[in-house]
Amino acid sequence: MKPFEGHPMKKMKLVMVGNGMAGVRTLEELLKIAPDLYDITVFGAEPHPNYNRILLSPVLAGEQTLDEIVLNPLAWYEEHGITLHTGKTVTQIDRARRVVRAADGTEAAYDRLLLATGSLPFILPVPGRDLQGVLAYRDIADTQAMIDAATKYKHAVVIGGGLLGLEAANGLMRRGMQVTVVHIMPWLMERQLDDVAGQLLQKSLEERGLKFLIGAQTQALIPGKDGRVMAVQFKDGQEIPADLVVMAAGIRPHTALAEACGLHCQRGIVVNDTMQTITDPRIYSVGECAAHRGIAYGLVAPLFEQGKVCATHLGQFGIGRYTGSLTSTKLKVTGIDLFSAGNFTGGEGFEEIIMSDPYGGVYKKLVIQGDKLVGAVMYGDTVDGSWYFKLLRDGRKVADIRDKLMFGESNIGDVGHEGHSRAALMQDSDEVCGCNGVTKGSICKAIKDKGLFTLDEVRKHTKASGSCGSCTGLVEQLLMFTAGGDYSAAPKLKAMCGCTDHGHQAVREAIRAQHLLSIDEVFRTLQWRTPNGCASCRPAVNYYLLSSWPKEAVDDPQSRFINERSHANIQKDGSYSVIPRMWGGETNSSELRRIADAVDKYKIPTVKVTGGQRIDLLGIKKEDLPAVWKDIGMPSGHAYAKALRTVKTCVGSEWCRFGTQDSTQMGKDLERALWRMYAPHKVKLAVSGCPRNCAEAGIKDVGIIGVDSGWELYVAGNGGIKTEVAQFLVKVRTPAEVLEYSGAFLQLYREEGWYLERTVHYVSRVGLDVVKQRVLGDADGRRALWERLQFSLDGEPDPWFEFDKAQVDLRQFTPLGAPLPVKETA
Amino acid sequence: MSPWVAVCGVGDIPRLGARRVARDAGLPVAVFRTAEDKVFALLDRCPHKGGPLSQGIVHGDSVACPLHSWNIGLADGCAKAPDEGCTPKFSCRVEAGQVFLDATELATRALDLPAPVAGPCPAMSA
Repeated sequence: MKPFEGHPMKKMKLVMVGNGMAGVRTLEELLKIAPDLYDITVFGAEPHPNYNRILLSPVLAGEQTLDEIVLNPLAWYEEHGITLHTGKTVTQIDRARRVVRAADGTEAAYDRLLLATGSLPFILPVPGRDLQGVLAYRDIADTQAMIDAATKYKHAVVIGGGLLGLEAANGLMRRGMQVTVVHIMPWLMERQLDDVAGQLLQKSLEERGLKFLIGAQTQALIPGKDGRVMAVQFKDGQEIPADLVVMAAGIRPHTALAEACGLHCQRGIVVNDTMQTITDPRIYSVGECAAHRGIAYGLVAPLFEQGKVCATHLGQFGIGRYTGSLTSTKLKVTGIDLFSAGNFTGGEGFEEIIMSDPYGGVYKKLVIQGDKLVGAVMYGDTVDGSWYFKLLRDGRKVADIRDKLMFGESNIGDVGHEGHSRAALMQDSDEVCGCNGVTKGSICKAIKDKGLFTLDEVRKHTKASGSCGSCTGLVEQLLMFTAGGDYSAAPKLKAMCGCTDHGHQAVREAIRAQHLLSIDEVFRTLQWRTPNGCASCRPAVNYYLLSSWPKEAVDDPQSRFINERSHANIQKDGSYSVIPRMWGGETNSSELRRIADAVDKYKIPTVKVTGGQRIDLLGIKKEDLPAVWKDIGMPSGHAYAKALRTVKTCVGSEWCRFGTQDSTQMGKDLERALWRMYAPHKVKLAVSGCPRNCAEAGIKDVGIIGVDSGWELYVAGNGGIKTEVAQFLVKVRTPAEVLEYSGAFLQLYREEGWYLERTVHYVSRVGLDVVKQRVLGDADGRRALWERLQFSLDGEPDPWFEFDKAQVDLRQFTPLGAPLPVKETA
Repeated sequence: MSPWVAVCGVGDIPRLGARRVARDAGLPVAVFRTAEDKVFALLDRCPHKGGPLSQGIVHGDSVACPLHSWNIGLADGCAKAPDEGCTPKFSCRVEAGQVFLDATELATRALDLPAPVAGPCPAMSA
């Protein structure tokens, strides 16, 4: 079935039934990777182009207009050559002839068919369900009918107290109707909330003017004289007035069409991990109508994941599998903060952490099982929803942060956005991303104008949270508020980059397990999508090879960032900075004299003392680098590399009247043992000679504090974006032990850390317990780690002097000279 | 019609790397070599903040700027979406393993584009 490439007459035909969010997203993904593969025809039953169904609630509430929620205007379909049939319902699929037929007789032939028919509202089978004034809440027409009804009538009854029902009720109330919500279950949103949160929600909605009939069972809808619904009658005989009845008692996958043509359906159209129907390989299905491993998803994030996978298969890339999603819920009723995810009911075998302040309207419950967060419900304060969801998805062990868990991520000091943690309270002019100067207003505008749905898209378009990432939580909140729904649900395993579907862990494991020794081998074995990767994955893979197979894998300088290729730190004008190594932060007159002479000789504009107790020479021309290194005659400080940077020390017992240990000597010994050590990210150490801790060891990757009886080792501190205090690892007696334990911890990080993951992130990912077990609990393992590190570092060259051995390409320091004309072309 | 000048051999450029060609006036020109030994020439200046593209990581037919990782297409000098902007490109041909640039272009093209600046602000240090 491969098309004859470049021959327009032989393009394959793709027909999509259903013009909603999941389907159109699939087409967008497909057009990105294979724009010319198909002639595409789309049938939509509604007379509209694709719009954001999630935002019908704000439209109903009068907060947005219908125009604002259109995602793909008609011009988009035209631009991509898509034939769009709006207002035409497909009624028949002829699988033998491969043709679909709409109610009005329109036909379209297909080579591939994509069913994205979505879902249908569940209408209670009660007498009177066909009366005028009885609606479902599903599409633009329903929304418009509700808006119209609100202008003419007074009493509305919403049947169903779930997400959709409450949003409908809120909208109708905002439009001036008296609204009663009828809910047969014991509390509201019972599938997303526990009883306490459900009751808090009810109380808060009652205060706004909604009425509730909880546990009431609808028996019949009673018509008035004009044939329009007039009242709702319940099992107990009670009747309440109703000029408008909205059925929001759930949705069912829309599978009638699929069933009629013989596709296997069970709780939806049954598909495999490639989103292909199990009955007919030419037919795919995504969205609310598709049943994947028995689940039909109703939230947008999983549906977009499905769309992406489906597109790669339609696009004949044949990669990617959809393996299911965890979902979370957020209610879109302005002023009510509510979030839930995972198993929040708890019960036997689960542990619960609960914070309840009914007076303040705040309730949080975290459910833990086997040292992992498995569920969360939050009411009133949902700032940390995305953080909990991330913990839940990652399956991270929480023992080490259990005491802080309830108070959330936002009380750990991020910097760069004025201490804000609640996006909703920020002004449009407030800066969200301090790295790239992006305001709340410009992020919201981009989300609306460009129809952005995911964190990655916002990053690409606005740069917000794209640099240091500390404002990621805020940007996720803005996405929730602006685009509605849940958009934080990234795939459970994040791919390294766009070149592959493999995550960092999978790549590391493959390199080790299959003894892969070169980047090409990795790309081939793991079926990279790009011929030679990108600037993000190549340095990572190069590091993984070198750290997994020292002395075997060969470094590839062209896969290193410029700083590690030129062994100096590039500056904004393309000049470089040079920081020579000063062991333990000590120097002497001859070093200083050589530095001073080099500053004069090479006209170095800025000389600065660094935070790591060294001297930084800034503004050196690239051509001068080798000569500056030679003149200074000091070892490379690796201040440009993902490697050991400095070992900061205090003067210690040699001079200090409080000093208990010789911290300077300890620092020098550590630095000499560990220098030239490449790592997933930069590594900084400090040694203090007494608990006054003048070397600031508490915020280093490895911080050592001398006490009278020995040395305390702290690990995974951080002084950067997220100021993080290092955690106590162990107390040892001798300098030799300091070396062994520090080295073992760092080797563990080198072998298991993901590229660009600082020790703080590594330890928080695997848990301090794991680190303790490997470094403290297993003495043989610790010695082996320390030996492997020494083996790796043994004979490592100093790149400032041993050019050949360090594979420094000296050609880069000489520009190609002013060329001479050699020939004329005719 | 235009005089082609030999600047180096293809082998003088590291594979998946670049060299800088100095000019009498204007910023240098970066010549890039891809994995398949295709050679491209662009002004050594990222359209974003002027970063030296010659120092970037070459991948596929693109280079990632060393300053802020914008991806610039080697064939057209233009930033990959959603970033916007282009850097001037230079004609370039390879014959018998030699890389040739167009002398007229080298002498005349993009002479007005300024180099990025860094360092102490003269007004403040005065």
